[in-house]
Amino acid sequence: MKVAVLQFPGSNCDQDCVHVMKNVMGVDAHLVWHKSSELGGVDAVLAPGGFSYGDYLRSGAIALFSPVMGAVREFADQGGLVLGICNGFQILCEAGLLPGAMVRNRSMEFVCAPTLIQTQSLNSPFTFKTPTDRPARIPVAHMDGCYVAEPHTLDELKKHDQILWKYVDNSGQCVPSANPNGSVENIAGVCNREGNVAGLMPHPERACEPVLGMTDGKWIFESLCAAVKGGFQRRSAA
Amino acid sequence: MKFPDPEITPEVIATHGLTEEEFNRIVEILGRRPNYTELGVFSVMWSEHCSYKNTRPLLKGFPTKSPKVLVGAGEENAGVIDIGDGLAVAFKIESHNHPSAVEPFQGATTGVGGIIRDIFTMGARPLCAMNSLRFGSLENSENRRIFSGVVAGIAHYGNCFGIPTLAGEVDFDPCYEGNPLVNAFCLGALRHEQIARGAAKGIGNPVFYVGPATGRDGLAGAAFASQDLTDESAEMQRGAVQVGDPFMEKLCMEACLELLATEAVAGIQDMGAAGLTCSTCETAARAGTGIEIELTKVPLRGANMSPYEILLSESQERMLIIVNQGHEEEVKRIFDKWDLPWAEIGRVTDTGSMVVKYEGETVVNIPAKILADEAPIYHREAKRPEYLEKSDAMTLAQAPELTDVHAALGSLMSSPGLASKNWVYRQYDHMVRDGSAVCPGADAAVLRIKTDSLPPLKLNEDGSPDIGTEVPEKYLAMTVDCNGGYVYLDPYNGGISAVAEAARNLACVGARPLGVTDNLNYGNPHNPELFYQLKESIRGIAEACAFFEAPVTGGNVSLYNQNPKGAIDPTPTIAMVGELDSVENVPKASFQNQGDVIVLLGDPLDSEDALLGLGGSAYWKQVHQLKTGRPPRPHLVREKKLHDTLRELISKGILTTAHDCSEGGLLFAVAESCLSEDVDFVTGRMAGVELDLREIQKICNGRLDATLFGETQARVVVALPEDRFQEMEIIAERMGTPFHRIGQVGETLVVEHEKLAETEGPTLTVQVDETNLEWDLARLRSDWWGTISDKMRLAT
Repeated sequence: MKVAVLQFPGSNCDQDCVHVMKNVMGVDAHLVWHKSSELGGVDAVLAPGGFSYGDYLRSGAIALFSPVMGAVREFADQGGLVLGICNGFQILCEAGLLPGAMVRNRSMEFVCAPTLIQTQSLNSPFTFKTPTDRPARIPVAHMDGCYVAEPHTLDELKKHDQILWKYVDNSGQCVPSANPNGSVENIAGVCNREGNVAGLMPHPERACEPVLGMTDGKWIFESLCAAVKGGFQRRSAA
Repeated sequence: MKFPDPEITPEVIATHGLTEEEFNRIVEILGRRPNYTELGVFSVMWSEHCSYKNTRPLLKGFPTKSPKVLVGAGEENAGVIDIGDGLAVAFKIESHNHPSAVEPFQGATTGVGGIIRDIFTMGARPLCAMNSLRFGSLENSENRRIFSGVVAGIAHYGNCFGIPTLAGEVDFDPCYEGNPLVNAFCLGALRHEQIARGAAKGIGNPVFYVGPATGRDGLAGAAFASQDLTDESAEMQRGAVQVGDPFMEKLCMEACLELLATEAVAGIQDMGAAGLTCSTCETAARAGTGIEIELTKVPLRGANMSPYEILLSESQERMLIIVNQGHEEEVKRIFDKWDLPWAEIGRVTDTGSMVVKYEGETVVNIPAKILADEAPIYHREAKRPEYLEKSDAMTLAQAPELTDVHAALGSLMSSPGLASKNWVYRQYDHMVRDGSAVCPGADAAVLRIKTDSLPPLKLNEDGSPDIGTEVPEKYLAMTVDCNGGYVYLDPYNGGISAVAEAARNLACVGARPLGVTDNLNYGNPHNPELFYQLKESIRGIAEACAFFEAPVTGGNVSLYNQNPKGAIDPTPTIAMVGELDSVENVPKASFQNQGDVIVLLGDPLDSEDALLGLGGSAYWKQVHQLKTGRPPRPHLVREKKLHDTLRELISKGILTTAHDCSEGGLLFAVAESCLSEDVDFVTGRMAGVELDLREIQKICNGRLDATLFGETQARVVVALPEDRFQEMEIIAERMGTPFHRIGQVGETLVVEHEKLAETEGPTLTVQVDETNLEWDLARLRSDWWGTISDKMRLAT
């Protein structure tokens, strides 16, 4: 299995993604420079966190003009698995590969802390190996992580099983106090209608090793790897 | 010439911060009067910030060598220390106090940016940041504005650059009003053979300028930082504050590390303080060569910039690279890849002079070595401050009565200096790079170094960086500490205590000291009483660093931290880095398991301390508004035994908890360990505790205030399972560390911050002579956790 990790100027979780895919998940992973217009025969693509182009316009807004995004779009159109994390999620939203958009945290402050996220649907190549008896403990670190979407988009997301993760408290309740950024309906991550492109604000790549104090991020990568090996079939929702 | 050369009048000399004697020395060096541009060059190079002219004789007392020191203090931009297996770390701390007083956000961002550049200039990949901050009281809106601006600035730069801000300290005291301290630390890793040098080697080699264009921002900032702050200077000097761009720095760092992996670089130096001036003359001085540059080749973003402005600009994220002849194309290829500006601006020469031309005409011609290394040195007068007579005379008989012990602990828990700093560290990305093994809120941070922490070793054929073969994982601990109040009340011992506390914090996670970088923040050195503080505390620091075998590998001096209202407390911040053999048994700062035995390691009291540890204590300061009395004295031999004992206990996996018992005293340390576990964004964990302090009270002459809040040094609170107690006893006895069993951990409760008000939960009970004290932990946690954010919310 081969994973491409996109590298934009200002990406800063790119090496972390390569590290986890290689050294924790044991799969081949390499960086793909943003000026490259091909991904080079890969099974999955990770768009990592960071501040692409400094996030000086709108988070993720400039990255979509990078040549590599053309290749990502093509890969996604053919059903390839693409996961955006944090800034990667913002980029995929800006590129129109995922519905909705991200605005500044309601607190107006950057927030870095562990959060609890509950998987909302197992009908996804990014979640189907996820235990459902408890939420995953995975940290966030962002300034613009408040997910917003039009009411009709939200209806569509629900109808097509596209809301994958929500912030919850330690009893699994989806309450406002558990929401680190003010996202609508506590949404932490979504996927496209076809299910092969997903994004989330929390950083699963920071929660894969006991030495870092959190390991639940592996659930997402284990699902991804199992899906690449052909272990997943998406049921059409609704 | 296109630009007029203003006449050098005594007023012009004075506004450049130079004395008449210094000016005469310049004339002597040049054999003629300097022109205006040259005067500007001397002014910044001979500022305290660049030259250490007031402190150099004192700094010579620092121990700077050990078999592990690969690059020592003063040699390069940062010291480098061997961590085994061919790997090394570069680290340094630097202040940005004056700029942060004037423009908190940009002052702090550029402080972080500057120190990160110092680290990658050494060829190291920057891996983590820390900071030490001081502000005036949060009751004042101006102080809140500066505090929030500084924290946001540090967050902005570090988060965007992608470096975890892994630890720090923040304190508040009226003496820092108008004089905030912003000390930024950075650590990076590299292989021994990757150490880069800031020397302009190789006559004829081309000199490259890389990074964004030069503007008028930060003109002569180094000189500005070497003056007292007044309202007028703050207003006038806003232009001396630089503007930071972390995105540019990230690109510049990656490009420089890629370039260093080639054969192209003969020397590299960042353009920090004094910009192009400092980097050119220092690189030439180090190599014993000369350097010649042409200013019209420098990329500019301001129109009609004069040679003076170009040379003294402190525009950020710029680097000077001396390139081995014939490798020019590699520089161009790599910097073009990262879309960064570059320009060839000059050559290394054999003249020994720093020559600057504008349109081919010489505008500066100064001997480089003399300019860089032979700034005037001043042996200032020191006089023991009068206030010390009064504070040394303070006796216990004069001490205020402890009337309400419940309120006293509450008041400590909710004082911003002692309360949880979550409002601060949650704004910093402290987990990026997957190396944060112990996060902020602990006694010391622990960082993992792994293969991808290192700079690339070479470039692959397709130009992509190759980090080479796997290296063994390493774990480093780090902390930054200083109790300014202690140093104010007893400069020599306060200096020792700052180092001892740093070493103790490292020992709490099982680490051994490797080295120290210090940030010496003081008032105006022309004042003999303030110079006494400087001189004596440096003597204490030097002695303690030598004792702990923690050489000083570099640092920064920041003087003139005073305004018309007065000077700051002397605040020599000690950043200490240590190594761990294993990360497996690192105890937590918080209590973990019900039933664990709580033990106080170390002598409960210094029997020679007439104030029983209450002098200069947080309790006197917070509860009785008293900053007086001789602070508890450090005791290096006891400290060392304590630290060795801790490391031994930790290596055997005996301890579940270890927490430094210092500011706030024993009860505060225990209370913090009851409360300090972060579970997730909204949830914390509390652990009930039953203490029996009757024996400790007996040792403290029966005084409850000294028992609970005395700050006797060389003590640590630990917890361990009952069935390991005997092992602990044997080890502590063998290693000569006294211990007292003082209590037991009770039930633990995980609870959301929002629900603390309605939570009935664990308590902290303390049995003392004739009475039983009890605190509701939910109440304490609510105060401790929310104090700073509540105050900052009021501010908006």
